[in-house]
Amino acid sequence: MDVMPKWAEVILVPLISLLLAAVLSALVILAIGEDPVAAVKLMVNGALGSSYGWGYTLYYATNFMFTGLAVAVAFHARLFNIGGEGQAALGGLGVALACLYIPWPHWSLALIGATVAAGLFGAAWAAIPGWLQARRGSHIVITTIMFNFIAASLLNYVLVNMLRPQGSMDPATARFPEAVNLPTLHDLLAPIGISFSKAAPANVSLLVAVAACVLIWLLIWRTRLGYEIRSYGHSESAARYAGMPPTRIIMITMLISGGLAGMMAINNVMGEAERLVLNSVEGAGFIGIAVALMGRSHPFGVFIAAILFGFLYQGGAELALWTTIPRDLIVVIQALVILFTGALDNMVRMPLERVFLSLRRAPKPERKEV
Amino acid sequence: MDMYLTLIQLLDSTVRLATPLLLACLAGLFSERAGIFDIGLEGKMLAAAFFSAAVAALTGSVWVGLLAGIAASLALSAIHGIASITFRGNQLISGVAINFLAAGMTVLIAQAWFRQGGRTPSLIGNARFEPVTLPFAEALQNVPFIGPLYYELISGHSVLVYMAFAAVPLTWWILFRTRFGLRLRAVGENPAAVDTAGVSVVGLRFAAVAICGVLCGVAGAYLSTALQAGFVKDMAAGRGFIALAALIFAKWRPWHALYATLLFGLFGALETRPDVIESLIGMKVQGQLLAALPYVMTVIILAGFVGKAIPPRAGGEPYVKER
Repeated sequence: MDVMPKWAEVILVPLISLLLAAVLSALVILAIGEDPVAAVKLMVNGALGSSYGWGYTLYYATNFMFTGLAVAVAFHARLFNIGGEGQAALGGLGVALACLYIPWPHWSLALIGATVAAGLFGAAWAAIPGWLQARRGSHIVITTIMFNFIAASLLNYVLVNMLRPQGSMDPATARFPEAVNLPTLHDLLAPIGISFSKAAPANVSLLVAVAACVLIWLLIWRTRLGYEIRSYGHSESAARYAGMPPTRIIMITMLISGGLAGMMAINNVMGEAERLVLNSVEGAGFIGIAVALMGRSHPFGVFIAAILFGFLYQGGAELALWTTIPRDLIVVIQALVILFTGALDNMVRMPLERVFLSLRRAPKPERKEV
Repeated sequence: MDMYLTLIQLLDSTVRLATPLLLACLAGLFSERAGIFDIGLEGKMLAAAFFSAAVAALTGSVWVGLLAGIAASLALSAIHGIASITFRGNQLISGVAINFLAAGMTVLIAQAWFRQGGRTPSLIGNARFEPVTLPFAEALQNVPFIGPLYYELISGHSVLVYMAFAAVPLTWWILFRTRFGLRLRAVGENPAAVDTAGVSVVGLRFAAVAICGVLCGVAGAYLSTALQAGFVKDMAAGRGFIALAALIFAKWRPWHALYATLLFGLFGALETRPDVIESLIGMKVQGQLLAALPYVMTVIILAGFVGKAIPPRAGGEPYVKER
């Protein structure tokens, strides 16, 4: 018997956590001598007030959907994949290699090819920590953190010494050929008569991200593999007893998780920068943690949380542009969201459970069931 | 002789770079030995680095700055303790949150206080830890062999460096020779047994987390007031994670923590002196390889191919008194 009704679990707890994070963020803005109401207005206007703002919000949200799903899938198997940052960086390498060295005839084929390459590279980078967890018992959190740093060094090496065009000082690859440039939302919406900002970077990978949300939902709740992943997450010993091999579940989960994080690169590397630069991920891998926690590891929750964080990112950029509030405010908000929806979950849950318990104990004879 | 001097210089910068790692590593040692995983070392160092530099700049006294840094680090430790001990939350997630909280807040407050783009003013005079010249260092300077060793390598560091090295035997003594240490280690292995003996699990774990906060505070203060003169954005630069790596490398033992952090400090020192490696082994080693080496070595150790690292048994598990 659950203490709380389902709606409280799914909506009320995250909402209160979010509210606490918002109140504290407002206090932080007050403390540095700015007006929180004006700040929120500016953020909403800047991120949602124009198709330009929406274009950026959705562009960021696309990144966060991929990394959020990556963390969420791993959470279902009770694995904490903190290495989205490194896996996404490797995914970028995959996209760059696919775009630079294969002569794609059309962007659609290039998108498929690059998605596969990004997924494979990301999955490969997650495979080693996964294997170490499954076979050697090395704690996956520590190994994925280490792999983030190793990935940063590797990318640095590859960009500086191998992929940098002759004569260029910039540690970045050459520009991708014209044929692989992805259509932006402007290009996609113009034929059906909707005018969308030309300058905004949101592109066709948004659709890939949404498709990924749906596919992951199907995987987790509608397939045998998803059932195995969830069983393993609930109880390793029960899963083992039921004949589900833990090694296989850990490996497959980490491959999917790393692949999803890697696929982020089709948005930021192929869709926006159109070349691979140093530190292309810009922390999106870590935001995936906040997104997955807020979305309760459910693909639909991840979708909503990703858009919220996209809004925060674009709104934060606007704030930094028009006020003296630095962009780092978003990092604080992100920290508070992780803190309240993740680590301090029980702080919200325990009093709520007490309330619901006392409500249930109150005598209501007419509602008594057999 | 020239080679010898280069070596001394290299070891000198090894000591400088190893000091914050050592302090943070010992901080993690206390916390993790008590069963509280702490991946928030980085954030605590960063917060302490900012607050010690900021307060030192405002008051002109580095000691007041050090206290402020320790206080900031302790505040984050308190959050970690409340989340992971009181509310039995996920310790790893709490650590991640603390890292981001420190990364964001330091820049935000730095901008609000100093308006210099997220940095503090440069520290001068008493607002900085100056190098300490040990007795007879000047006199012995010209004695061959021992002179440079004593003058360059052993003397001439800030007082925090000596504190950090003294903390190693102290940590060993506390953990392995006192009743508190025995209980602290026990609470990381089998908290139920400690509870049965009538000792407060919660109290011990909070004590461990607080010690961790103090040590991280000193580590952070060292970064901004001794190693460098002032705070810049994200100045911990992954040192908290290298310390974490060193902790695993040392298999949660104080003396090994010293060796591991010195080794990783040496990698850092070599990274800035590619010429030394080239003359030593006759070929060029990429800086990126050296930067990645601590992490690669930690993964290998974690994988158990070269001596398995086994963490404290109750690490990461919140303790529930009654089930």
